[in-house]
Amino acid sequence: MTDVFRAEGLGKSYPGVRANDDVSFAVAGGEIHALLGENGAGKSTLVKMIYGLVRPDEGRMALLGAPYAPHDPRAARAAGVAMVFQHFSLFEALTVAENIALGMEDPPPRAELARRIEELSQGYGLPLNPARRIASLSAGERQRVEILRCLLQDPRLLIMDEPTSVLTPQEAGILFATLRQLAEAGTAILYISHKLEEIRSHCDRATILRQGRLVGTVDPRAHSARELAAMMVGAEMRLVDRSGRKPGAPVLEVRGLSTPGGEGVALKDIALSLRAGEILGIGGVAGNGQEELLSALSGETATAPGTVVLEGRDLSTASPETRRRAGLLAAPEDRLGHAAVPEFSLAENTLLTAGARQELIRRGLIDRKAATAFAQQVIHAFDVRTPGPGTAAGALSGGNLQKFVIGREVLGRPRVLVVNQPTWGVDAGAAAAIRQALLDLAAQGAGLIVISQDLDELLELSDRFCALNQGRLSAPRPTEGLTIEEIGLMLGGAHGMEVAHVPA
Amino acid sequence: MMIDPLSVFILLLGAATPILFAALGELVVERAGVLNLGVEGMMIGGALAGFSAAHASGSPALGFLAAAVAGAALSMIFAVLTQFLLSNQVATGLALTLFGLGLTAMFGKPYEGVKAPPMPAGPLQLNLMIWLGLALVPAVWWFLMRSRPGLILRAVGENHDAAHALGYPVRALRIAAIGFGGALAGMGGAYISIATVLQWTEGMTAGAGWIALAIVVFAQWNPWGVLAGAWLFGGVTVLQLRLQAAGVAVPVQLLSMAPYLATILVLVLISARQKFGRSGGAAAPGSLGRPFHALR
Repeated sequence: MTDVFRAEGLGKSYPGVRANDDVSFAVAGGEIHALLGENGAGKSTLVKMIYGLVRPDEGRMALLGAPYAPHDPRAARAAGVAMVFQHFSLFEALTVAENIALGMEDPPPRAELARRIEELSQGYGLPLNPARRIASLSAGERQRVEILRCLLQDPRLLIMDEPTSVLTPQEAGILFATLRQLAEAGTAILYISHKLEEIRSHCDRATILRQGRLVGTVDPRAHSARELAAMMVGAEMRLVDRSGRKPGAPVLEVRGLSTPGGEGVALKDIALSLRAGEILGIGGVAGNGQEELLSALSGETATAPGTVVLEGRDLSTASPETRRRAGLLAAPEDRLGHAAVPEFSLAENTLLTAGARQELIRRGLIDRKAATAFAQQVIHAFDVRTPGPGTAAGALSGGNLQKFVIGREVLGRPRVLVVNQPTWGVDAGAAAAIRQALLDLAAQGAGLIVISQDLDELLELSDRFCALNQGRLSAPRPTEGLTIEEIGLMLGGAHGMEVAHVPA
Repeated sequence: MMIDPLSVFILLLGAATPILFAALGELVVERAGVLNLGVEGMMIGGALAGFSAAHASGSPALGFLAAAVAGAALSMIFAVLTQFLLSNQVATGLALTLFGLGLTAMFGKPYEGVKAPPMPAGPLQLNLMIWLGLALVPAVWWFLMRSRPGLILRAVGENHDAAHALGYPVRALRIAAIGFGGALAGMGGAYISIATVLQWTEGMTAGAGWIALAIVVFAQWNPWGVLAGAWLFGGVTVLQLRLQAAGVAVPVQLLSMAPYLATILVLVLISARQKFGRSGGAAAPGSLGRPFHALR
């Protein structure tokens, strides 16, 4: 194997942060090379330097043996480097063909381009209609557009930034078959992820970063997921404690819950029963009704009478505040703007949901002392790293704010807590602390609904598992003994994708 | 008294031309993701610069050239403030309109009561500016929908972060679009002073810039829609004058209101269609009015 790409001593500083320090590694032709690290470990900065979006402060790069220093992404593309972004860099109002033309240096005429897109997409088993608008495509289809955009340039080095986070396990399987096919044709693939099992089963080598520095390049198959995680975090991972939970009497009954779609996804005849001390996990690919379900339970969306019943009390048409008083609390996915007001201090943010239950508001007036004390209590109990309750919520890192938002609800002694993506974008240490807090809450007798796209998280936490697919909730199944493949089928399988067939 | 449809149509083309120029320019600006509410200010700037140049040189053509330069120069104030200093686009655009109106009121004093040189007639008794305006509609459409620079411009307006990630110069493209929009607004304004009214009066654009802005939304950011909108306004304006001259017993105020009522009606229909999920066509550019700040 010859090296397609080589980096030597790359370094990059931002004001106050050393994003990369003396990073050296090489990617060979024909291999799928993983780049592994926690949030903030410097993965993004590193690939931005390779793709010409950021210039390194020091160090050298080489592509195919020649010195390589792209001053912008177009130069990188011209040199044979292509990238599929984590957040899709597509233009919603434009067609597939127009999007692909934008990613090429010298696109052929329209008809010719459409023909080549169809040819290539059939060849890789990723069917796509070039005339469709991006807005009408599913997440999996959008990713195909990104990948085809790269493939049409015949790249020597293909960078993939966390590509499977929006895919079902089956769709991810198809993606890896495509990547393997490309690697066999000699392309070097740099694959960024923090999903350890995925990297262990599909990647040839893994380069691990921690706090901007290189930990080493290893063979992921020769290490367990725990060992890889330890290299990533720099310490042994804490195991969560699932003991001490006994399902009790039913606390929450949801029957025949439907909502009109409007701008989002319509919920269709949702039914579930939650018992005290139980955690119900709800999995699904993003955009299948997760947010809508949380809104219907939290009270942001009112539903038909009799659809949401908490301990015998019908709350279907009650406001969020009434539901909170009754003990039905919720923590939405979006920390900044939905769960917390970025410009408000942490103390002020406690008022948003804990005002009534913690008696922070009396006779219509805010008790600032009590609010500050409660914020302090959350900060202390959940190890939120911040100067104090007076700090603006927007100034906290994602993980710290998430701990605060979850802590605010957990300390509200809920009867039922609904959380959506509780550990999204949170580093491993904080994620473990949040999961433990949720388990402890259940052990104290509360019922929990955990909505997440992280299947490992759901398997770790929940007693029963349901899948949310296009607004429909599947029947629950005990988590014990459930395999990833079975979950994948519950999530809707591969959404009509075919398995790649070998191109001519 | 009869109203002759052909003569009304010819007058309509003239009445529609200033709005057509300004709206086509603003359409390109908004397609690039920038909302410039200073159209009225750039039009009045062009009206005075064009009139003074045409008066001094005796050539209407030089007048329109000067108007384009003046409109583009005014738009560059907006460009520097919004693209480099990241000021709020709505506030900056409003300020530009007020600035243009005030500036021309001051410098326009010596030109009051002066007559413009005659505008030569072109083919079919229509002057060349009318023909140029009509030619710009397919030209802008072709540029936006068929050429590569037009595709990149739409991409920048749709999602500036993604366009930046692909390596396209978001800021440079937007500045170019703002300049183009300013030049067309200036020429549209000059058409009023050089070809329609034939003299300079303070505040003579009389809201044409605001109508142009409304037409861009009305047209759903499509050049052919802009043509339809400009003709609707031009047509109602001419018709209303003719009806008044003919002594029809309909209150003038009601007639003057008609184009605005039509715009409101169309906007309501469009958003109703979008709300009920039947929008097949293009809506507002995704990044319209949002400031772009590249992290390097």
